[in-house]
Amino acid sequence: MSDVLPVIYLLASISFILGLKMLGSPATARKGNLYAAAGMFVAIIGTITLYRTADGSPLHNLPLIITALIVGTTIGWMMAVRVQMTSMPEMVSFFNGMGGACAALISVIEYMHLHSHVAAGEADHPSATVGYLFAVVGGLVIGSVSFSGSIIAFGKLKEKIKDFRFSGQHFVNIFVMLVIVATSAMIIMGYWGGMQALLVVGAIALIYGVMFVLPIGGADMPVVISLLNSFTGVAAAFGGFLYGNMVMLIGGILVGSAGTLLTIVMCKAMNRSLLNVLLGSFGATAAPAAGSGAFPGTVRGITAGDAGVLLAYAKQVVIVPGYGLAVAQAQHVCHQLEHELEGRGVDVKYAIHPVAGRMPGHMNVLLAEADVPYEQLVEMEEINPEFERTDVVLVIGANDVVNPAAKTDPSSPIYGMPILDVENARQVIVLKRSMKSGYAGIENELFYRPNTTMLFGDAKASITALIAEVKAQ
Amino acid sequence: MDAETLQMIYLVVLMVFLGIELIGHVPSVLHTPLMSGANAIHGVVVIGSIIVMGQAESTLALILGFLAVILGTLNVVGGFVVTNRMLEMFKKRS
Repeated sequence: MSDVLPVIYLLASISFILGLKMLGSPATARKGNLYAAAGMFVAIIGTITLYRTADGSPLHNLPLIITALIVGTTIGWMMAVRVQMTSMPEMVSFFNGMGGACAALISVIEYMHLHSHVAAGEADHPSATVGYLFAVVGGLVIGSVSFSGSIIAFGKLKEKIKDFRFSGQHFVNIFVMLVIVATSAMIIMGYWGGMQALLVVGAIALIYGVMFVLPIGGADMPVVISLLNSFTGVAAAFGGFLYGNMVMLIGGILVGSAGTLLTIVMCKAMNRSLLNVLLGSFGATAAPAAGSGAFPGTVRGITAGDAGVLLAYAKQVVIVPGYGLAVAQAQHVCHQLEHELEGRGVDVKYAIHPVAGRMPGHMNVLLAEADVPYEQLVEMEEINPEFERTDVVLVIGANDVVNPAAKTDPSSPIYGMPILDVENARQVIVLKRSMKSGYAGIENELFYRPNTTMLFGDAKASITALIAEVKAQ
Repeated sequence: MDAETLQMIYLVVLMVFLGIELIGHVPSVLHTPLMSGANAIHGVVVIGSIIVMGQAESTLALILGFLAVILGTLNVVGGFVVTNRMLEMFKKRS
Protein backbone atom coordinates (compact mmCIF):
# COMPACT_ATOMS: atom_id res chain seq x y z
CA MET A 1 0.00 0.00 0.00
CA SER A 2 2.71 2.44 0.96
CA ASP A 3 4.22 2.20 -2.52
CA VAL A 4 1.10 3.33 -4.29
CA LEU A 5 0.81 6.85 -2.90
CA PRO A 6 4.23 8.03 -4.16
CA VAL A 7 3.28 6.77 -7.62
CA ILE A 8 0.03 8.70 -7.43
CA TYR A 9 1.97 11.80 -6.39
CA LEU A 10 4.34 11.25 -9.30
CA LEU A 11 1.43 11.06 -11.75
CA ALA A 12 -0.11 14.18 -10.24
CA SER A 13 3.22 16.01 -10.54
CA ILE A 14 3.46 15.03 -14.22
CA SER A 15 -0.10 16.27 -14.76
CA PHE A 16 0.83 19.65 -13.24
CA ILE A 17 3.88 19.99 -15.47
CA LEU A 18 1.96 18.95 -18.59
CA GLY A 19 -1.00 21.11 -17.63
CA LEU A 20 1.14 24.19 -17.16
CA LYS A 21 2.87 23.52 -20.47
CA MET A 22 -0.44 23.13 -22.29
CA LEU A 23 -1.89 26.26 -20.71
CA GLY A 24 0.71 28.18 -22.68
CA SER A 25 -0.86 27.56 -26.07
CA PRO A 26 -4.38 28.55 -27.14
CA ALA A 27 -5.09 25.21 -28.80
CA THR A 28 -4.31 23.04 -25.78
CA ALA A 29 -4.99 25.40 -22.87
CA ARG A 30 -8.36 24.01 -21.87
CA LYS A 31 -7.17 20.42 -21.91
CA GLY A 32 -4.11 21.44 -19.91
CA ASN A 33 -6.29 22.89 -17.19
CA LEU A 34 -8.37 19.70 -17.06
CA TYR A 35 -5.23 17.52 -16.88
CA ALA A 36 -3.93 19.48 -13.92
CA ALA A 37 -7.36 19.32 -12.25
CA ALA A 38 -7.50 15.54 -12.74
CA GLY A 39 -4.03 15.19 -11.25
CA MET A 40 -5.08 17.26 -8.26
CA PHE A 41 -8.21 15.15 -7.75
CA VAL A 42 -6.23 11.91 -7.77
CA ALA A 43 -3.64 13.34 -5.38
CA ILE A 44 -6.33 14.41 -2.90
CA ILE A 45 -8.19 11.09 -3.04
CA GLY A 46 -4.88 9.23 -2.73
CA THR A 47 -3.91 11.25 0.33
CA ILE A 48 -7.22 10.61 2.08
CA THR A 49 -7.21 6.87 1.48
CA LEU A 50 -3.54 5.85 1.40
CA TYR A 51 -1.64 8.28 3.61
CA ARG A 52 0.02 6.65 6.62
CA THR A 53 1.40 8.61 9.55
CA ALA A 54 4.86 7.99 11.03
CA ASP A 55 3.48 5.15 13.21
CA GLY A 56 1.77 3.56 10.23
CA SER A 57 -1.82 4.42 11.07
CA PRO A 58 -4.23 5.96 8.54
CA LEU A 59 -5.49 9.53 8.87
CA HIS A 60 -8.00 10.25 11.62
CA ASN A 61 -11.02 12.52 11.43
CA LEU A 62 -11.86 11.28 7.94
CA PRO A 63 -15.58 12.18 8.09
CA LEU A 64 -14.66 15.73 9.09
CA ILE A 65 -11.99 15.98 6.40
CA ILE A 66 -14.47 14.89 3.78
CA THR A 67 -17.05 17.34 5.12
CA ALA A 68 -14.50 20.16 4.82
CA LEU A 69 -13.66 19.07 1.27
CA ILE A 70 -17.34 19.07 0.33
CA VAL A 71 -17.95 22.48 1.92
CA GLY A 72 -14.90 23.96 0.16
CA THR A 73 -15.86 22.42 -3.17
CA THR A 74 -19.42 23.70 -2.98
CA ILE A 75 -18.46 27.26 -2.05
CA GLY A 76 -15.55 27.39 -4.52
CA TRP A 77 -17.64 25.99 -7.34
CA MET A 78 -20.52 28.36 -6.73
CA MET A 79 -18.27 31.39 -6.55
CA ALA A 80 -16.40 30.41 -9.70
CA VAL A 81 -19.55 29.74 -11.69
CA ARG A 82 -21.38 32.86 -10.58
CA VAL A 83 -18.60 35.40 -10.94
CA GLN A 84 -18.97 37.86 -13.80
CA MET A 85 -16.25 37.68 -16.44
CA THR A 86 -15.55 41.33 -15.66
CA SER A 87 -14.53 40.57 -12.09
CA MET A 88 -12.29 37.64 -12.97
CA PRO A 89 -9.09 39.33 -11.74
CA GLU A 90 -10.41 39.86 -8.21
CA MET A 91 -11.71 36.30 -8.14
CA VAL A 92 -8.24 34.94 -8.92
CA SER A 93 -6.83 37.17 -6.22
CA PHE A 94 -9.37 35.90 -3.71
CA PHE A 95 -8.68 32.21 -4.42
CA ASN A 96 -4.97 32.94 -4.21
CA GLY A 97 -5.48 34.45 -0.77
CA MET A 98 -7.32 31.32 0.37
CA GLY A 99 -4.36 29.16 -0.66
CA GLY A 100 -2.02 31.45 1.28
CA ALA A 101 -4.22 31.28 4.37
CA CYS A 102 -4.32 27.48 4.10
CA ALA A 103 -0.50 27.33 4.04
CA ALA A 104 -0.26 29.66 7.05
CA LEU A 105 -2.79 27.61 9.04
CA ILE A 106 -0.86 24.39 8.36
CA SER A 107 2.22 26.01 9.89
CA VAL A 108 0.28 27.20 12.94
CA ILE A 109 -1.16 23.73 13.58
CA GLU A 110 2.19 22.02 13.03
CA TYR A 111 3.88 24.37 15.46
CA MET A 112 1.08 23.96 18.00
CA HIS A 113 1.58 20.22 17.74
CA LEU A 114 5.32 20.52 18.25
CA HIS A 115 4.86 22.97 21.10
CA SER A 116 2.54 20.68 23.01
CA HIS A 117 5.20 17.96 22.85
CA VAL A 118 7.89 20.34 24.08
CA ALA A 119 5.64 21.55 26.89
CA ALA A 120 5.05 17.91 27.85
CA GLY A 121 8.75 17.64 28.58
CA GLU A 122 9.89 16.03 25.33
CA ALA A 123 12.34 18.86 24.76
CA ASP A 124 14.32 16.84 22.25
CA HIS A 125 11.30 16.08 20.11
CA PRO A 126 12.84 14.55 16.99
CA SER A 127 11.12 16.89 14.56
CA ALA A 128 12.31 20.12 16.19
CA THR A 129 15.21 20.49 13.75
CA VAL A 130 16.31 23.68 12.08
CA GLY A 131 14.98 22.44 8.73
CA TYR A 132 11.61 21.63 10.22
CA LEU A 133 11.29 25.03 11.90
CA PHE A 134 12.46 26.72 8.70
CA ALA A 135 9.64 25.08 6.75
CA VAL A 136 7.07 25.93 9.44
CA VAL A 137 8.06 29.59 9.76
CA GLY A 138 8.59 29.99 6.00
CA GLY A 139 5.14 28.64 5.21
CA LEU A 140 3.59 30.85 7.87
CA VAL A 141 5.29 34.08 6.78
CA ILE A 142 4.85 33.70 3.04
CA GLY A 143 1.35 32.29 3.36
CA SER A 144 0.29 35.19 5.60
CA VAL A 145 1.79 37.85 3.32
CA SER A 146 0.08 36.22 0.36
CA PHE A 147 -3.25 36.05 2.18
CA SER A 148 -3.45 39.63 3.43
CA GLY A 149 -1.87 41.00 0.25
CA SER A 150 -4.37 39.15 -1.95
CA ILE A 151 -7.31 40.37 0.09
CA ILE A 152 -6.09 43.97 -0.23
CA ALA A 153 -5.61 43.46 -3.99
CA PHE A 154 -9.13 42.03 -4.12
CA GLY A 155 -10.51 45.09 -2.32
CA LYS A 156 -8.59 47.44 -4.60
CA LEU A 157 -9.90 45.82 -7.76
CA LYS A 158 -13.40 46.02 -6.33
CA GLU A 159 -12.55 49.69 -5.74
CA LYS A 160 -13.47 49.34 -2.09
CA ILE A 161 -9.92 50.09 -0.93
CA LYS A 162 -8.09 53.18 -2.11
CA ASP A 163 -4.37 53.61 -2.69
CA PHE A 164 -2.66 54.69 0.46
CA ARG A 165 0.76 56.32 0.56
CA PHE A 166 2.78 58.26 3.05
CA SER A 167 6.30 59.59 2.82
CA GLY A 168 8.97 57.13 3.80
CA GLN A 169 6.59 54.24 3.22
CA HIS A 170 9.21 52.17 1.43
CA PHE A 171 11.58 52.51 4.35
CA VAL A 172 8.90 51.48 6.80
CA ASN A 173 8.13 48.47 4.60
CA ILE A 174 11.78 47.49 4.40
CA PHE A 175 12.03 47.86 8.17
CA VAL A 176 8.99 45.62 8.74
CA MET A 177 10.49 43.06 6.37
CA LEU A 178 13.76 43.09 8.33
CA VAL A 179 11.82 42.59 11.56
CA ILE A 180 10.11 39.56 10.01
CA VAL A 181 13.44 38.11 8.86
CA ALA A 182 15.04 38.69 12.27
CA THR A 183 12.20 37.25 14.34
CA SER A 184 11.84 34.28 11.97
CA ALA A 185 15.55 33.58 12.25
CA MET A 186 15.30 33.69 16.06
CA ILE A 187 12.54 31.10 16.07
CA ILE A 188 14.33 28.88 13.55
CA MET A 189 17.60 29.00 15.48
CA GLY A 190 15.75 28.26 18.70
CA TYR A 191 16.46 31.55 20.49
CA TRP A 192 12.81 32.38 20.71
CA GLY A 193 9.91 29.98 20.95
CA GLY A 194 6.45 29.29 22.11
CA MET A 195 3.11 29.81 20.54
CA GLN A 196 3.11 33.55 21.11
CA ALA A 197 6.40 33.91 19.18
CA LEU A 198 4.92 32.22 16.14
CA LEU A 199 1.71 34.24 16.33
CA VAL A 200 3.65 37.51 16.59
CA VAL A 201 5.62 36.66 13.45
CA GLY A 202 2.39 35.65 11.70
CA ALA A 203 0.72 38.92 12.68
CA ILE A 204 3.65 41.02 11.45
CA ALA A 205 3.59 39.06 8.18
CA LEU A 206 -0.12 39.81 7.78
CA ILE A 207 0.55 43.51 8.37
CA TYR A 208 3.40 43.42 5.89
CA GLY A 209 1.10 41.97 3.22
CA VAL A 210 -1.29 44.87 3.71
CA MET A 211 1.45 47.49 3.64
CA PHE A 212 3.11 45.88 0.63
CA VAL A 213 0.02 46.07 -1.57
CA LEU A 214 -1.62 49.30 -0.29
CA PRO A 215 0.67 51.83 -2.01
CA ILE A 216 0.76 50.04 -5.37
CA GLY A 217 -1.31 51.73 -8.05
CA GLY A 218 -4.52 50.03 -9.14
CA ALA A 219 -3.31 49.73 -12.72
CA ASP A 220 -0.47 47.54 -11.47
CA MET A 221 -2.73 45.15 -9.58
CA PRO A 222 -2.41 42.32 -12.17
CA VAL A 223 1.34 42.32 -11.66
CA VAL A 224 0.88 42.20 -7.89
CA ILE A 225 -1.64 39.36 -8.10
CA SER A 226 0.74 37.40 -10.30
CA LEU A 227 3.54 37.98 -7.80
CA LEU A 228 1.39 36.96 -4.82
CA ASN A 229 0.38 33.91 -6.84
CA SER A 230 4.00 32.83 -7.00
CA PHE A 231 4.33 33.59 -3.26
CA THR A 232 1.55 31.14 -2.48
CA GLY A 233 3.34 28.61 -4.67
CA VAL A 234 6.44 28.96 -2.50
CA ALA A 235 4.30 28.70 0.67
CA ALA A 236 2.87 25.42 -0.65
CA ALA A 237 6.40 24.20 -1.35
CA PHE A 238 7.34 24.85 2.30
CA GLY A 239 4.50 22.50 3.19
CA GLY A 240 6.08 19.99 0.84
CA PHE A 241 9.38 20.32 2.74
CA LEU A 242 7.58 19.87 6.02
CA TYR A 243 6.05 16.53 5.07
CA GLY A 244 8.62 15.40 2.53
CA ASN A 245 5.66 15.52 0.17
CA MET A 246 6.86 15.55 -3.44
CA VAL A 247 3.66 16.66 -5.13
CA MET A 248 3.33 19.70 -2.88
CA LEU A 249 6.98 20.53 -3.42
CA ILE A 250 6.82 20.17 -7.20
CA GLY A 251 3.46 21.93 -7.61
CA GLY A 252 4.50 24.76 -5.31
CA ILE A 253 7.94 25.44 -6.77
CA LEU A 254 6.64 25.12 -10.32
CA VAL A 255 4.03 27.80 -9.69
CA GLY A 256 6.55 29.84 -7.73
CA SER A 257 9.03 30.00 -10.60
CA ALA A 258 6.52 30.14 -13.46
CA GLY A 259 4.56 32.81 -11.59
CA THR A 260 7.66 34.92 -11.03
CA LEU A 261 8.55 34.75 -14.71
CA LEU A 262 4.97 35.58 -15.70
CA THR A 263 5.15 38.61 -13.41
CA ILE A 264 8.30 39.80 -15.15
CA VAL A 265 6.77 39.21 -18.60
CA MET A 266 3.74 41.29 -17.58
CA CYS A 267 5.98 44.12 -16.42
CA LYS A 268 7.79 44.00 -19.75
CA ALA A 269 4.46 44.39 -21.58
CA MET A 270 4.10 47.69 -19.75
CA ASN A 271 7.73 48.58 -20.44
CA ARG A 272 8.53 48.75 -16.73
CA SER A 273 10.67 46.81 -14.34
CA LEU A 274 9.29 44.79 -11.45
CA LEU A 275 11.13 47.03 -9.00
CA ASN A 276 9.54 50.04 -10.61
CA VAL A 277 6.08 48.53 -10.11
CA LEU A 278 6.75 47.53 -6.51
CA LEU A 279 8.17 50.88 -5.53
CA GLY A 280 5.15 52.43 -7.20
CA SER A 281 6.07 55.20 -9.57
CA PHE A 282 2.39 55.65 -10.44
CA GLY A 283 0.98 58.75 -8.82
CA ALA A 284 4.39 59.65 -7.45
CA THR A 285 4.86 62.49 -9.91
CA ALA A 286 2.59 65.50 -9.87
CA ALA A 287 0.51 65.16 -13.01
CA PRO A 288 -2.00 67.84 -13.98
CA ALA A 289 -5.25 67.10 -12.16
CA ALA A 290 -8.18 65.95 -14.24
CA GLY A 291 -10.20 68.77 -15.71
CA SER A 292 -7.59 71.40 -14.95
CA GLY A 293 -7.43 72.38 -18.58
CA ALA A 294 -3.65 72.19 -18.69
CA PHE A 295 -3.66 71.36 -22.39
CA PRO A 296 -4.26 73.62 -25.38
CA GLY A 297 -7.52 73.04 -27.20
CA THR A 298 -10.93 72.22 -25.83
CA VAL A 299 -12.88 69.12 -25.10
CA ARG A 300 -15.66 68.75 -27.63
CA GLY A 301 -18.72 66.61 -27.14
CA ILE A 302 -20.55 64.74 -29.88
CA THR A 303 -24.12 63.49 -30.02
CA ALA A 304 -24.93 59.85 -30.61
CA GLY A 305 -26.60 60.95 -33.83
CA ASP A 306 -23.47 62.55 -35.28
CA ALA A 307 -21.28 59.70 -34.07
CA GLY A 308 -23.66 57.19 -35.68
CA VAL A 309 -23.33 58.97 -39.04
CA LEU A 310 -19.53 59.01 -38.78
CA LEU A 311 -19.46 55.29 -38.04
CA ALA A 312 -22.04 54.28 -40.63
CA TYR A 313 -20.18 55.96 -43.50
CA ALA A 314 -16.66 54.96 -42.48
CA LYS A 315 -14.59 52.44 -44.40
CA GLN A 316 -12.55 51.23 -41.47
CA VAL A 317 -13.43 51.43 -37.80
CA VAL A 318 -11.18 50.33 -34.94
CA ILE A 319 -12.70 49.74 -31.51
CA VAL A 320 -10.42 50.19 -28.49
CA PRO A 321 -11.99 48.49 -25.49
CA GLY A 322 -10.94 49.26 -21.92
CA TYR A 323 -12.07 48.69 -18.39
CA GLY A 324 -15.10 50.98 -18.92
CA LEU A 325 -16.46 48.35 -21.31
CA ALA A 326 -16.12 45.71 -18.62
CA VAL A 327 -17.71 47.86 -15.91
CA ALA A 328 -20.70 48.68 -18.10
CA GLN A 329 -21.04 45.01 -19.17
CA ALA A 330 -21.12 46.42 -22.69
CA GLN A 331 -19.30 43.60 -24.49
CA HIS A 332 -22.50 42.16 -26.01
CA VAL A 333 -23.89 45.47 -27.31
CA CYS A 334 -20.41 46.24 -28.57
CA HIS A 335 -20.47 43.07 -30.63
CA GLN A 336 -23.94 44.06 -31.89
CA LEU A 337 -22.66 47.45 -33.01
CA GLU A 338 -19.76 45.78 -34.77
CA HIS A 339 -22.20 43.40 -36.47
CA GLU A 340 -24.43 46.27 -37.56
CA LEU A 341 -21.47 48.14 -39.04
CA GLU A 342 -20.17 45.07 -40.82
CA GLY A 343 -23.61 44.62 -42.36
CA ARG A 344 -23.08 48.00 -43.98
CA GLY A 345 -19.69 46.97 -45.34
CA VAL A 346 -17.57 48.71 -42.72
CA ASP A 347 -14.34 46.95 -41.82
CA VAL A 348 -14.32 46.63 -38.01
CA LYS A 349 -11.39 45.55 -35.85
CA TYR A 350 -10.62 45.58 -32.16
CA ALA A 351 -7.30 46.96 -30.94
CA ILE A 352 -6.18 45.07 -27.86
CA HIS A 353 -3.59 46.73 -25.67
CA PRO A 354 -1.62 44.14 -23.67
CA VAL A 355 -2.70 45.64 -20.35
CA ALA A 356 -6.15 46.93 -21.29
CA GLY A 357 -8.61 46.24 -18.50
CA ARG A 358 -7.37 45.02 -15.18
CA MET A 359 -5.39 41.99 -16.33
CA PRO A 360 -3.47 41.00 -19.46
CA GLY A 361 -5.93 39.22 -21.73
CA HIS A 362 -8.90 40.62 -19.79
CA MET A 363 -10.41 42.17 -22.94
CA ASN A 364 -9.84 38.98 -24.92
CA VAL A 365 -11.81 37.01 -22.36
CA LEU A 366 -14.63 39.56 -22.32
CA LEU A 367 -14.97 39.85 -26.08
CA ALA A 368 -14.72 36.10 -26.48
CA GLU A 369 -17.67 35.89 -24.11
CA ALA A 370 -19.62 38.10 -26.51
CA ASP A 371 -18.69 35.78 -29.42
CA VAL A 372 -16.40 38.25 -31.16
CA PRO A 373 -14.28 36.15 -33.56
CA TYR A 374 -10.65 35.82 -32.53
CA GLU A 375 -9.35 37.13 -35.86
CA GLN A 376 -10.90 40.52 -35.20
CA LEU A 377 -8.88 41.08 -32.06
CA VAL A 378 -5.64 42.67 -33.20
CA GLU A 379 -2.66 43.12 -30.90
CA MET A 380 -0.99 46.47 -30.42
CA GLU A 381 2.08 46.02 -32.64
CA GLU A 382 -0.05 44.92 -35.58
CA ILE A 383 -2.78 47.55 -35.30
CA ASN A 384 -0.60 50.61 -34.65
CA PRO A 385 0.51 51.13 -38.29
CA GLU A 386 -3.13 50.76 -39.36
CA PHE A 387 -4.47 53.76 -37.46
CA GLU A 388 -3.31 56.10 -40.26
CA ARG A 389 -5.72 54.40 -42.62
CA THR A 390 -8.55 54.26 -40.08
CA ASP A 391 -11.53 56.58 -40.46
CA VAL A 392 -13.01 56.30 -36.99
CA VAL A 393 -11.55 54.98 -33.75
CA LEU A 394 -14.08 54.22 -31.07
CA VAL A 395 -12.44 54.27 -27.65
CA ILE A 396 -14.76 52.54 -25.20
CA GLY A 397 -13.83 53.14 -21.59
CA ALA A 398 -10.08 53.03 -22.20
CA ASN A 399 -7.89 55.90 -21.08
CA ASP A 400 -4.28 55.33 -20.06
CA VAL A 401 -3.57 52.93 -22.94
CA VAL A 402 -4.39 55.69 -25.47
CA ASN A 403 -2.65 58.54 -23.66
CA PRO A 404 -0.08 60.18 -25.98
CA ALA A 405 1.78 61.47 -22.91
CA ALA A 406 3.36 58.01 -22.72
CA LYS A 407 5.29 58.96 -25.87
CA THR A 408 5.77 62.68 -25.51
CA ASP A 409 5.95 63.67 -21.84
CA PRO A 410 8.98 62.36 -19.93
CA SER A 411 7.51 63.68 -16.68
CA SER A 412 4.38 61.55 -17.03
CA PRO A 413 4.17 58.50 -14.76
CA ILE A 414 3.24 56.35 -17.75
CA TYR A 415 6.09 57.68 -19.92
CA GLY A 416 7.64 54.84 -21.88
CA MET A 417 4.62 52.55 -21.78
CA PRO A 418 3.80 51.47 -25.35
CA ILE A 419 0.35 52.77 -26.28
CA LEU A 420 -2.17 52.52 -29.11
CA ASP A 421 -1.53 55.34 -31.59
CA VAL A 422 -5.20 56.23 -32.00
CA GLU A 423 -4.44 59.93 -32.50
CA ASN A 424 -3.21 59.06 -36.01
CA ALA A 425 -6.73 58.16 -37.11
CA ARG A 426 -8.91 60.66 -38.94
CA GLN A 427 -11.48 60.80 -36.18
CA VAL A 428 -11.44 59.56 -32.58
CA ILE A 429 -14.68 59.17 -30.62
CA VAL A 430 -14.17 58.53 -26.92
CA LEU A 431 -17.00 56.93 -24.94
CA LYS A 432 -16.56 57.90 -21.32
CA ARG A 433 -18.64 58.35 -18.22
CA SER A 434 -17.13 61.74 -17.36
CA MET A 435 -13.90 63.68 -17.66
CA LYS A 436 -12.55 61.73 -14.68
CA SER A 437 -8.99 60.53 -15.21
CA GLY A 438 -8.06 56.91 -15.82
CA TYR A 439 -6.77 54.36 -13.35
CA ALA A 440 -3.30 55.88 -13.32
CA GLY A 441 -4.93 59.13 -12.20
CA ILE A 442 -3.52 61.33 -14.93
CA GLU A 443 -4.97 63.74 -17.46
CA ASN A 444 -5.23 62.60 -21.08
CA GLU A 445 -4.16 65.09 -23.73
CA LEU A 446 -5.90 63.01 -26.41
CA PHE A 447 -9.27 64.39 -25.36
CA TYR A 448 -8.15 67.91 -26.26
CA ARG A 449 -7.00 67.10 -29.78
CA PRO A 450 -8.90 68.63 -32.69
CA ASN A 451 -9.76 65.21 -34.15
CA THR A 452 -11.14 63.86 -30.86
CA THR A 453 -14.77 64.13 -29.75
CA MET A 454 -16.31 62.79 -26.56
CA LEU A 455 -19.56 60.92 -26.15
CA PHE A 456 -20.32 61.06 -22.44
CA GLY A 457 -22.43 58.47 -20.65
CA ASP A 458 -22.50 54.85 -19.58
CA ALA A 459 -20.78 52.75 -22.25
CA LYS A 460 -23.69 50.35 -22.62
CA ALA A 461 -26.28 53.13 -23.01
CA SER A 462 -24.05 55.02 -25.45
CA ILE A 463 -23.40 51.99 -27.62
CA THR A 464 -27.09 51.08 -27.64
CA ALA A 465 -27.84 54.62 -28.84
CA LEU A 466 -25.13 54.29 -31.51
CA ILE A 467 -26.66 51.04 -32.78
CA ALA A 468 -30.04 52.77 -33.19
CA GLU A 469 -28.41 55.68 -35.01
CA VAL A 470 -26.44 53.43 -37.35
CA LYS A 471 -29.59 51.46 -38.12
CA ALA A 472 -31.43 54.69 -38.93
CA GLN A 473 -28.91 55.61 -41.64
CA MET B 1 22.52 17.91 5.64
CA ASP B 2 20.93 14.52 5.13
CA ALA B 3 20.44 12.87 1.76
CA GLU B 4 16.70 13.41 1.70
CA THR B 5 16.96 17.17 2.23
CA LEU B 6 19.65 17.40 -0.41
CA GLN B 7 17.43 15.49 -2.83
CA MET B 8 14.61 17.94 -2.23
CA ILE B 9 16.92 20.86 -2.88
CA TYR B 10 17.95 19.26 -6.19
CA LEU B 11 14.29 18.94 -7.03
CA VAL B 12 13.63 22.59 -6.18
CA VAL B 13 16.46 23.76 -8.43
CA LEU B 14 15.24 21.62 -11.34
CA MET B 15 11.64 22.77 -10.88
CA VAL B 16 12.68 26.41 -10.88
CA PHE B 17 14.28 25.94 -14.30
CA LEU B 18 11.38 23.85 -15.58
CA GLY B 19 8.86 26.49 -14.47
CA ILE B 20 10.79 29.18 -16.34
CA GLU B 21 11.04 27.00 -19.46
CA LEU B 22 7.32 26.24 -19.44
CA ILE B 23 6.26 29.88 -19.40
CA GLY B 24 8.90 31.06 -21.87
CA HIS B 25 6.84 31.99 -24.92
CA VAL B 26 3.25 32.42 -23.87
CA PRO B 27 1.15 34.90 -25.89
CA SER B 28 -0.16 37.77 -23.75
CA VAL B 29 -3.73 36.66 -24.56
CA LEU B 30 -3.19 33.66 -22.31
CA HIS B 31 -1.60 35.46 -19.38
CA THR B 32 -4.81 35.68 -17.40
CA PRO B 33 -5.88 32.03 -17.80
CA LEU B 34 -2.30 30.93 -17.19
CA MET B 35 -2.12 32.91 -13.96
CA SER B 36 -5.46 31.49 -12.93
CA GLY B 37 -4.41 27.92 -13.80
CA ALA B 38 -1.16 28.27 -11.87
CA ASN B 39 -3.24 29.68 -9.01
CA ALA B 40 -5.28 26.46 -8.96
CA ILE B 41 -2.14 24.29 -9.04
CA HIS B 42 -0.67 25.83 -5.90
CA GLY B 43 -3.90 24.76 -4.25
CA VAL B 44 -2.01 21.49 -3.87
CA VAL B 45 -1.30 22.93 -0.42
CA VAL B 46 -4.67 21.42 0.52
CA ILE B 47 -2.91 18.04 0.74
CA GLY B 48 -0.83 19.39 3.60
CA SER B 49 -3.95 20.58 5.37
CA ILE B 50 -5.57 17.14 4.98
CA ILE B 51 -2.48 15.48 6.48
CA VAL B 52 -2.36 17.93 9.38
CA MET B 53 -6.07 17.59 10.06
CA GLY B 54 -5.81 13.81 9.97
CA GLN B 55 -3.27 13.94 12.77
CA ALA B 56 -4.87 16.68 14.87
CA GLU B 57 -4.48 16.02 18.58
CA SER B 58 -6.51 18.85 20.09
CA THR B 59 -9.91 20.33 19.32
CA LEU B 60 -8.30 23.66 18.42
CA ALA B 61 -5.99 21.92 15.93
CA LEU B 62 -8.98 20.11 14.49
CA ILE B 63 -10.96 23.33 14.06
CA LEU B 64 -8.03 25.14 12.44
CA GLY B 65 -7.37 22.12 10.23
CA PHE B 66 -11.01 22.01 9.19
CA LEU B 67 -10.77 25.68 8.23
CA ALA B 68 -7.49 25.06 6.35
CA VAL B 69 -8.99 22.20 4.33
CA ILE B 70 -11.98 24.36 3.38
CA LEU B 71 -9.76 27.27 2.30
CA GLY B 72 -7.39 25.01 0.37
CA THR B 73 -10.30 23.32 -1.40
CA LEU B 74 -11.72 26.74 -2.28
CA ASN B 75 -8.39 27.55 -3.91
CA VAL B 76 -8.27 24.30 -5.88
CA VAL B 77 -11.89 24.04 -7.03
CA GLY B 78 -12.47 27.76 -7.55
CA GLY B 79 -9.17 28.06 -9.39
CA PHE B 80 -9.76 25.24 -11.84
CA VAL B 81 -13.41 26.12 -12.48
CA VAL B 82 -12.67 29.80 -13.12
CA THR B 83 -9.81 28.88 -15.46
CA ASN B 84 -12.04 26.46 -17.31
CA ARG B 85 -14.74 29.11 -17.69
CA MET B 86 -12.23 31.54 -19.19
CA LEU B 87 -10.81 28.99 -21.57
CA GLU B 88 -14.25 27.77 -22.61
CA MET B 89 -14.83 31.18 -24.12
CA PHE B 90 -11.63 31.01 -26.10
CA LYS B 91 -12.73 27.67 -27.51
CA LYS B 92 -16.13 28.82 -28.75
CA ARG B 93 -14.81 30.83 -31.64
CA SER B 94 -12.84 28.05 -33.30
